[in-house]
This record gives sequence, C-alpha cells and structure tokens, in this order.
Amino acid sequence: MSRVRKAIPGVDTKLLIKDAAKLLPQPSRRLFLRGAASLGALVALTGCDIVNEESAENALRVISRFNDRVQAFMFHPDKLAPTYPESAITRPFPFNAYYSEDEAPEVDRDSYKLEIAGMVDNKTPWTLDQLYALPQVSQITRHICVEGWSAIGKWSGTPLKDFLARIGADTRANYVYFICAEGYSTSIDMPTALHPQTQMTFKFADEILPRKYGFPMKIRMPTKLGFKNPKHVVSLVVTNDFRGGYWEDQGYNWFSGS
Amino acid sequence: MTVETSEVHALAIPGADAPIHPLWVRITHWTNAIAIVMMIGSGWQIYDASPLFRFTFPSAITLGEWLGGALLWHFAAMWLLVVNGLVYITLGIATGRFRRKLFPIRPADVWADLVAALRGKLSHADLSVYNAVQKLLYLGIILTGVVIVLSGLSIWKPVQYQELTALFGGYDAARYVHFFAMSTIVGFLVVHITLAAIVPKSLRAMIIGR
Repeated sequence: MSRVRKAIPGVDTKLLIKDAAKLLPQPSRRLFLRGAASLGALVALTGCDIVNEESAENALRVISRFNDRVQAFMFHPDKLAPTYPESAITRPFPFNAYYSEDEAPEVDRDSYKLEIAGMVDNKTPWTLDQLYALPQVSQITRHICVEGWSAIGKWSGTPLKDFLARIGADTRANYVYFICAEGYSTSIDMPTALHPQTQMTFKFADEILPRKYGFPMKIRMPTKLGFKNPKHVVSLVVTNDFRGGYWEDQGYNWFSGS
Repeated sequence: MTVETSEVHALAIPGADAPIHPLWVRITHWTNAIAIVMMIGSGWQIYDASPLFRFTFPSAITLGEWLGGALLWHFAAMWLLVVNGLVYITLGIATGRFRRKLFPIRPADVWADLVAALRGKLSHADLSVYNAVQKLLYLGIILTGVVIVLSGLSIWKPVQYQELTALFGGYDAARYVHFFAMSTIVGFLVVHITLAAIVPKSLRAMIIGR
C-alpha cells in the first residue's frame, strides 16, 4: 500500500517519512521471527518447521484482522474513557512521533485548509478560523502509547461526531480516514468516530495546539492507542474502503482500541 | 506414611492401568508450554519498547523482532493460552482432578515437605501423588495464570474494562502486575524444568502418561 504524499499548501514537503526507518528493523516488513531463540526451542519441541517467515507473518496478520473484529465487538459506543482532575496532568507531556521534535511538520496557519472527501454532502474545505469558531469542549484523559507508557493530558476541540453531522457525512460508512501534513495517515471505524470523546482537537492544555503536539489540528481518541490519534491532520475522508494507515501497514494492529 | 498413602490411593482408583496424567492433561500441558513460550518471548520484546526497570531483554531471546511483530505474536498466542487455559481449568474442576491432586494443602505439611526437599529426602517415587510443596506450587501457578490473563486484559482494554483495570490499581499499576506475574511464571519454570530434568520419569509421564 502506498501512502498519500501529495504536496499540501503551507507544508514543508521535505519533512517526509525519512526518519521512520530509525524505528524499524532492517528490512522492516519481514523478519518477525529472527532473533528468536525461544522459537528455535519451539520448533524443536513440536518438530514442525513453522519458520517459513512469509506464511507465519501472513498467519499473524490474519489473526490481527480477526482481533480487529473482536475489538469492534468489545467496543461500547457509550462507554467513556476515565477522566482526571487537572492535578493529574502529566507535565511535561511527552513528545512522541516517528520523527524528532525539531522535525515536526510546520503547517502555515493562514494557508491551512482541512480537505473533506468521500461520502460527505458538503466537501468545502475548512479554514482554521472556521474550525476555531466551532463549539469546543475539553477532556482530561489518558493517552496510552502502543509502546506501553501512558500520560494524562488536556485536549480541547469539537466532537468529531458533531462535525460529521455538520458536513453531512454518511455515518453508515465503515471508516473515517485521516491524512496528515507530512504524509502520515490512519483510519478508524465509524463507531469510534462517533464516540462522544472523539475530538477534533485545537488546543492542548488550554493553549493553541503547539507544533510538537500536532498544530493546527489533531484527532484525539481516548479509546484508541496514541498512534491512532493523528496530528497535523489536513484531510478527512469518509469511506467504505479499508485504507489502513502508516503504522498499521507495517504491522500494528489496525483497531488498536483501548 | 507416604508409602501407605500411595497404596491406599492406588487401590482407590478403579483400573490400575489408569495413566498418571490423563490425555487431556498432557495435551493442555504441552499446548500451554508452547503458548507460554510465545507469550513470554513476545512479551519481553514489548517490554523493551518502554521498560519498567533499568534493564531490557536482549533481542536474542525475544520473539517478534520489533514492537509491531511482537504485538502480533502476543495477541495471536493469547488465544492459544486463554482457550487452552479455560479447557484445562474447566476439566480440572469438572473431573475433580484439582480437588484430588491439589487439596488439602496444610501449612504444616508444606513446611515439613519443604525441609525434607531441601535435605534431599523428599521421595517422589509415586508420581501420581503430589507432596505439599508441589500442591502449593501448582495451585499458585494456576492462580498466577489467572492474574496474568486478567492483568493483560486490563492493559489491553483499560477503557472498555476500566473496572478491571481499576481493580489492579489503574493502567500503570496493571503493567507492573503483569510483569511480576510473568516473573513468577519464569521463576516457576526454572524450578519446574530443573526438577523434571532431575526426575526424568516425570517428564516421560507427562508425555506418554505413565
């Protein structure tokens, strides 16, 4: 699957995915079985040679898709993530991305537009001033990283559910797909998109969302792992087509619900 | 005393040919062995992505190559572990095997058998009867299995199952519980495998039943 890397006005196009490789093994898309002494013992134990990497990896991906369905079943549309008092906020809130902090995308405030596509009545792009004029709510919730650590932060913005209603999105569609300024992408299931705490976020800790946390807009979902919360979002697509995402295509579980 | 008990025990069982470990015990035992090796190997790799302590597991002994691969392994092997574990516990209760083999556990017996074991004087001639230390360890490891599955579930679903996560003291605390349960299992395995190597016929009994 190829990522969308079209040039977006106001975005430094040099800030592409080059650093992602730092986080990944070489080569990244295979070799899930290497370096596994324990697996050698397993093979000896069972006497069957399952170390055919490609078929083993395919089997793991099939199970991961099965786990997507299990998690969709476990997901309660009305179950709210726990919220916390201001005193519980993690300071400083950790920066985390597949690029270093000084490589975070720089989005120009004035030329920024949120593009709308897919199964939506009104596809007019949104300027930042228009987005800022939307009613905002705050949440203090726990951000849980796929790596295991967690941190509590305060995010403010407009519920995605309300925005989808406003643009006339067909909420019977399966997915909402997000594209970010530097080419990152992710997609989510519609029930999560309609969850009351899923938020188009414009502020972090009551300040305009800083560059490192995703200026000008991120999607905050306390019901999903951190990597499913895209930053610097420039495009929103309502679709029935499964489009995966940046990390998902490399092996992270797609649903990744908390 | 031990000899008498085992004679009574042997007489009490209809059909002297009954295997020491019935087939379902042997199948679930080895299935569990495979599942637990995969869970621990991939779990170590996941741990390395955000270590709780000042050490990481060398990649030579982990499974999955990187975080994403390890997570795929972990969340695949969990099905094997949980389904097999449920079959084992259900049959263990339903057949009365747990009650017969693991109970009663009296503290005085545990102490006496522990002292005897450390002096090298604890007989394990009759594989069908567990001494008090074995009973305690086997019961303990079954309970640890329950804890590691529930703490794992509470880390995986801290929103959907937030009540369970709260029971473990919250998300971050549940990670420590999960880690210490793993450590307990690894500690058990060291003792368990060492003793099985010292008493080879116990290994044979777990494979062919006698």
